[in-house]
Amino acid sequence: MPNYTIFVPRLLTKRENFAPGHRACIGCGEALAVRLACKAMGQNIIVVNATGCMEIVASQLPYTSWRVPWIHTLFENTAAVASGIEAGLKVMMRKRRMATQEINVVAMAGDGGTADIGIQALSGAMERGHDFLYLCFDNEAYMNTGIQRSSATPFGASTTTSPAGKVSIGQFSWKKDMPAIAAAHNIPYVATACPSYPFDLIEKVKKGLKVKGPAYVHILSVCPTGWRCATELTIKIGRLAVETGIFPLYEVENGRYKMSLKPDKLRPVNEYMKLQRRFRHLSEKTIKQIGQRVGEEYGKLLEKAA
Amino acid sequence: MAQRLGMEVSVALGEAVKLADADVIAAYPITPQTHIVEHLAELVADGELDAEYIPVESEHSAMSACLGAAASGARTFTASAGQGLELMHEVLYVASSMRLPIVMAVVNRALSAPLSVWGDHSDAMAVRDTGWIQLFTENGQDVVDQVLCAFRIAEDRRVLLPVMIHLDGFHLSHVIEPITLPEQTQVEQFLGTNQYPLPLHPNKPVAMGDFGPPFIYTETKWAQEVNLRKSKEVVLECWQEFGRTFKRHYQPVEGYHSEDARVLLLTMGSFSETAMTAIERMRQNGQEVGLIRLRLWRPFPFSEVRRAVKNAELLIVLDRAISFGGPGGPVCSEIRSALYNQEKRPKIVSFVGGLGGRDITVDGFEQIITRGIEIGQKGSEQEFEIFGVRE
Ligand SMILES: Cc1ncc(C[n+]2csc(CCOP(=O)(O)OP(=O)(O)O)c2C)c(N)n1
Ligand code: SF4
Ligand SMILES: [Mg+2]
Repeated sequence: MPNYTIFVPRLLTKRENFAPGHRACIGCGEALAVRLACKAMGQNIIVVNATGCMEIVASQLPYTSWRVPWIHTLFENTAAVASGIEAGLKVMMRKRRMATQEINVVAMAGDGGTADIGIQALSGAMERGHDFLYLCFDNEAYMNTGIQRSSATPFGASTTTSPAGKVSIGQFSWKKDMPAIAAAHNIPYVATACPSYPFDLIEKVKKGLKVKGPAYVHILSVCPTGWRCATELTIKIGRLAVETGIFPLYEVENGRYKMSLKPDKLRPVNEYMKLQRRFRHLSEKTIKQIGQRVGEEYGKLLEKAA
Repeated sequence: MAQRLGMEVSVALGEAVKLADADVIAAYPITPQTHIVEHLAELVADGELDAEYIPVESEHSAMSACLGAAASGARTFTASAGQGLELMHEVLYVASSMRLPIVMAVVNRALSAPLSVWGDHSDAMAVRDTGWIQLFTENGQDVVDQVLCAFRIAEDRRVLLPVMIHLDGFHLSHVIEPITLPEQTQVEQFLGTNQYPLPLHPNKPVAMGDFGPPFIYTETKWAQEVNLRKSKEVVLECWQEFGRTFKRHYQPVEGYHSEDARVLLLTMGSFSETAMTAIERMRQNGQEVGLIRLRLWRPFPFSEVRRAVKNAELLIVLDRAISFGGPGGPVCSEIRSALYNQEKRPKIVSFVGGLGGRDITVDGFEQIITRGIEIGQKGSEQEFEIFGVRE
């Protein structure tokens, strides 16, 4: 990744289509990710938002943070609503009921809205090949309803429905590999991103918008409230997720895997985990086991990208 | 000239959607709705209807895709039945609350368990309070006509609400009837194009489906209620205009020998046609019986219902669904509450019958009326009776 830092103000639009004034918590990685994605996408979009933190914090009547056309209906149907909008625009332009112009449909949901309750609608929409971009903002739990586990919650994390206890380790299952599931639909573009790497995120969102057909970008979004970490550590924790190999950044373009960032050596997972109180109950032994599994998964990914 | 042809009602329904030039159809197959969506898929595949047909992976997604399509300003249609309608349940509320003019045919089917693909009104009653305009139909011509009216009513700027057209599974959906399909040009004139006032479009960003805290939720619901009630005027206006154009006339409540009848039977849907034959026969035997058919179910036609029964001494209501552990027939309980405060009102007897596709013959209707009169005189120990049930 080139070093852009000095040129940031000249490279990024100042316009905020996800306007400030919303009610996200301090240090919210999801709000930051949405803001950056909006900078990447410009004006000619229609946003379809699932129920979840990002919808609740930014759309309380009579206000809205959205300066682009935006619709929210339910929790699990985001990809289906997006299908309908895409089809509607297509047919009305074809029938000349509406001026022909490029309008991109962007669906947004949390990890719960994507990997759990919304996976069927998403799978259907990807399989049918609608031309839309799907952004999953993964904060690794159902945050909006109070930090309950999802299938994207990492092994060992304590949540309100996978609490650590005398006979419980916390989350008992390994994080569902949602990008791989998206890639298995043979869609033209899949990528992972994290707002700790803003330009990488912006480029991927732009790419996802540009491809014809479905595109899926899975964005790790640090949630200080749910992860029980310091609010000023959002960016650092996001970087550590990538540098430890816990959340590798990569793209799958037309089935071809490509690493976006390949650290020479992965950092120990503990550096990432010790900053978050959702992991604080874990023994050294468990953390070591987690580190091992992370290494294995990372190895498999490198093989795919080789 | 419009031709009268023998046609399966489901196919005719598809033809009506084609005449309406629908833009987006999103549907998931379920018996007995399948012939409708298959026919539409064929029309689109053959290029006879220029529409996007979205073969979604579930009914939840069917209705969700309809939300999106309607919000983008497209003329939108779907069809479902029974379990499919139930799977859509939460989405139905969103369609009406967000004022999205979707048209849906519901081919009425019983609900599991036990699994039944056959007809009754359990599915319709389960979605009673979803805020949709709802019409019941009696025959194939009625179905075709109501589909056309539904688009006009739904898309009317004063309404902007989704419309559900109920037709009985198999008893109506799968029969072949002589049906007149109107001319395309006449339909175009009658319907015009869909001009959804605030579609999702970058030229004029709107936010739809916001989060409503307690300080405003009640107001949004009241606005919705007022809007649905007021839609009745537009429904009436539409039927008048339809009558002028196509010479077929519809009313929210329709009677059959009802004016001078001392005993009235009330039905909904295609069973009304059999009931009419029974009434005719009983009349010939000198009995002062008549029939009331409820066509407009939502918004509920209070004044028309009150007017229709005001001279009767006894009103027998036949429901094709059960409100378990409650008053029995959901339609009957609504009729009761609509009449309760009237100074002069008939005695009311509640029957449930025709569940899960069980037929009620002409003889059956005679028996219901005869038994109803008996209950009217002597009373019954039960809140309602199920016609023809084996203990
Ligand atoms: C059908 C349905 N079930 C449950 C809910 C309650 N609910 C709303 S948001 C949410 C969790 C959202 O989690 P996620 O998608 O990860 O988004 P986040 O809030 O974490 O950004 C839940 C369980 C709902 N709105 N609808
Ligand atoms: S709970 Fe987490 S994701 Fe939700 S607004 Fe707060 S920090 Fe953001
Ligand atoms: Mg989440």
